[in-house]
Amino acid sequence: MKTLKSAFTAALLATGGLMAATTAAMAAGADMGNVEKQSTNWHAIVMFVIFVGITLGITYWAARKNKTAADFYAAGGGITGFQNGLAIAGDYMSAASFLGISALVYGSGFDGLIFSVGWLVGWPIILFLIAERLRNLGKFTFADVASYRLAQGPVRIFAATSALIVVIFYLIGQMVGAGQLIKLLFGLDYLVAVIVVGALMMVYVTFGGMTATTWVQIIKACLLLGGATFIALGVMNHFGFSFENLFTKAVEIHPKHGAIMAPGSLVTNPVDAISLGLTLMFGTAGLPHILMRFFTVPNAKEARKSVFFATGFIGYFYILTFIIGFGAITLVATDPQYIDAAKGGLNLKGGGNMPAIWLAHAIGGDLFLGFISAVAFATILAVVSGLTLAGASAISHDLYANVFARGRTTEASEVRVSKIASLFLGVIAVILGVIFEKQNVAFIVALTFSIAASATFPVLVMSMFSKSLTTRGAVIGGYIGLIGSVGCVVLSKVVWVQSFGFKAEIFPYVYPTLFTMPAAFLSCWIFSILDNSPRAQAERDAYPSQAIRSETGLGAEGAASH
Amino acid sequence: MSQVSNTQAVHERIRNNPKFHELVSKRTSFAWTLSALMLAIYAGFILLIAYGKDFLGTSLSGGTTTIGFPIGVGVILSAIVLTGIYVRRANGEFDELNRQIIEESR
Repeated sequence: MKTLKSAFTAALLATGGLMAATTAAMAAGADMGNVEKQSTNWHAIVMFVIFVGITLGITYWAARKNKTAADFYAAGGGITGFQNGLAIAGDYMSAASFLGISALVYGSGFDGLIFSVGWLVGWPIILFLIAERLRNLGKFTFADVASYRLAQGPVRIFAATSALIVVIFYLIGQMVGAGQLIKLLFGLDYLVAVIVVGALMMVYVTFGGMTATTWVQIIKACLLLGGATFIALGVMNHFGFSFENLFTKAVEIHPKHGAIMAPGSLVTNPVDAISLGLTLMFGTAGLPHILMRFFTVPNAKEARKSVFFATGFIGYFYILTFIIGFGAITLVATDPQYIDAAKGGLNLKGGGNMPAIWLAHAIGGDLFLGFISAVAFATILAVVSGLTLAGASAISHDLYANVFARGRTTEASEVRVSKIASLFLGVIAVILGVIFEKQNVAFIVALTFSIAASATFPVLVMSMFSKSLTTRGAVIGGYIGLIGSVGCVVLSKVVWVQSFGFKAEIFPYVYPTLFTMPAAFLSCWIFSILDNSPRAQAERDAYPSQAIRSETGLGAEGAASH
Repeated sequence: MSQVSNTQAVHERIRNNPKFHELVSKRTSFAWTLSALMLAIYAGFILLIAYGKDFLGTSLSGGTTTIGFPIGVGVILSAIVLTGIYVRRANGEFDELNRQIIEESR
């Protein structure tokens, strides 16, 4: 049971979670807080140092290239669709999705697939509805698009607020996960691990901007895909490349036997199931660090290609984690050297996140174990860098340049503010990482994905597709989505009962998106059509011209002008 | 000032170009159709998990492998295939139409 709980928590921690209706998972809490510190892993440390050396070299190269604000925020628009696809996939394939999903499959088989599918199906929606319009209308942040024909001040304050809440909580999840994982994999202290991650991330972002952040992400994505492919091939090779052999052996070994081949108790309540589905699907389309990646490509054509490649890489990766989870049942759970002797059963040494790691050892020995550990560390580093840059842009480009200075500022001072904001966010992330070390962070996925799906996504879509949207509608609708989703998550079991210690939750579901997303769309629309101010009329009149740019790309920011 | 009036004139020409309306309506309906298809596939999968557990657990051709696996992997592949279909048409047909519209607006 312990393994299953840890597996659930692991999956929840950084990528998102399907807590729906599983009391086991609900009771689990942040089990990553209980991981045992391992002996110092020198193979891993040496390989990680090599990775850091290479990425710092890239940062130095990027820093010399970075001259304009477009370089800093959007890598000068010089990233190709293929490269951006890898970088997006990198943003999405966090260490916890690699370790967490494979651990979930290890613990409960088929149910692991439910997560993977939910996280993948948001990508086509992003492509069909958002990607090219975002690229055509925006410059550096998604707020550029939302505020394109609306009042800059209120819309950007709303957009930056929701972006910063998402970024900061997402960072907390990553930092806590990083501290625990590194303690586990490298044998370093939690505090040391969190400070190393914070410091390196600040260096990448402040000196290298989006160029360095993107290349760190691309390198890491290649390492992770390569490493996971190697493990999966090792597993399949062991079973003569027959899934039937793999599954048969797994069913024989796993204590749940045949039950791992069908959905378990993960989804029972249809309301939670649908709300979860909406959260995963549309949440992705509202994450600031993901949306920001669409400004790094030169045009809509490359923006589309990047989603195609990203979807392909992420889908492939999820299939690999699935093979890895089943591989761990057959090759790790059967080997006493990996089993926690005190607990027995499927419980592994080092805790619930270890199936993929020990499988790497079973297949490739100490050296490959070191490689996979270093890749997991690199993964966290790359993801926090992307998040920090997105948060810093919300502060500098939206709040400072367009609200505080009302556009009367220079590129140089805007970039300087962004760099200061990155340092500030880095320090905040380290401090919160330490504060939240022993806290229950299982709510983070529900919170960030719900805000993204219920506040950011509706305003973004309405600003692109609704000619009646006005500033008043966007702001009221946006805040209803934001406050509604934050409020419901706080009142739900995972925070109200598990963190605050109240007896019973007030909001009965895990994910509020089924209610808050339609509420946001509806209020955006109602408060817009009721808005008869002269400003509202001017905003509606500006829609046809926005539509021309949005559809044809005419006049779009040519970030790749050099 | 001439920049502004020039932009206005270009926009005017685009608005009056039937190809622009053709592009918008074709691409929009294509995008929403594919979105609805993806949503339907995913909703079907979630509903099967909630209500069709036994079906998903049925053995595929008598072995250990169950029907749930090809279905789950199929949903993943359908996401990749649908994005591929969209990108192919958008980067080909739609972009060509778009190029003509911009050319004719000059």
